Amino acid sequence: MNDNLSNADIVKCENLVYKRSPVMTDNVMHYCPGCGHGTAHQIIAEVIEEMDIQAETIGITPVGCAVLMYNYLDIDMQEAAHGRAPALATAVKRLMPEKYVFTYQGDGDLAAIGTAETIHACNRGENIAIFFINNGIYGMTGGQMAPTTLPNMRSSTSPYGRDVEMMGNPLRITELVAQLPGTYYVTRQAVHTPTYVRKTKKAVRRAFENQKLKKGLSLVEIVSNCNSGWKMSPVQANKWMVDNMFPFYPPGDIKLEGKMLSKD
Amino acid sequence: MAKFKGSIVVDKEKCKGCEVCVVACPTNVIGLSREVNGKGFHIAFMENPDACTGCANCAIVCPDGVITVYKKERLSSEKKIKEQK
Repeated sequence: MNDNLSNADIVKCENLVYKRSPVMTDNVMHYCPGCGHGTAHQIIAEVIEEMDIQAETIGITPVGCAVLMYNYLDIDMQEAAHGRAPALATAVKRLMPEKYVFTYQGDGDLAAIGTAETIHACNRGENIAIFFINNGIYGMTGGQMAPTTLPNMRSSTSPYGRDVEMMGNPLRITELVAQLPGTYYVTRQAVHTPTYVRKTKKAVRRAFENQKLKKGLSLVEIVSNCNSGWKMSPVQANKWMVDNMFPFYPPGDIKLEGKMLSKD
Repeated sequence: MAKFKGSIVVDKEKCKGCEVCVVACPTNVIGLSREVNGKGFHIAFMENPDACTGCANCAIVCPDGVITVYKKERLSSEKKIKEQK
């Protein structure tokens, strides 16, 4: 084997393997270093690019860290009131049924203030895709306890850990909506390693494909980190997520093609 | 030795030095530099460029999408002679 390849030989456009999707804008993201939001944005951008639906996609941004998502994705976007993204997405989809509509929500948005909208949109089986980023905390406002905070997990409003007796149990909203007849595809993925990024990309692609076929609602939960809120470094936060979040929020498909998968 | 040799280009001003790519690299190519960019982050760079295979694992996990990946086939000496002819 000959090893005379210099860097200049390799860095040429004909040897390109991967570059940032053109659906992403050139703006620098405001997210903290290592935040899963950036990876999730890029997965959505790549799927939009691959399906060539940039002009037909409408995104609904939530209230939370991802509220500024419209700065980073070069598609039409609309801001919803806190938690009301599924209701707004329903309206957009019904007025423009040929468009691809997705909402991108965090756990404080989808599982707390927007529970009613989420459950009813899922029950009606609207032809939209919901991308749900679950990091177990209210990241934007300073790491307060969310409905998805794990038992004994520290947050700024539960500094001694979430006491289940006093503060109640965490909510597995993904399993909850999977029970409803309107949902067609419900899955839980993550974005901390290349393997999971590839799996999540497949799930996002499937969510958009289902919309094309008018099958019903697809919900993709992405278990993510919030290293600032958890007071950890990005790498530590990913490890903590695997050790603590995954036992409670196990990744994998929950409902496929309208049928619940058994837990074997 | 791997059949392909890869190389990455990091957008220095956008990199936030989160180290997610450092952990994701299967051949331990990437490290964080000593010097910092305009925002004060230590940026990712190829510490061990010969081991890069161009698998793009670092780029797909990069939350800020700052890594561009290139790869080229290594020519064996026989092939190279053939090409020269």
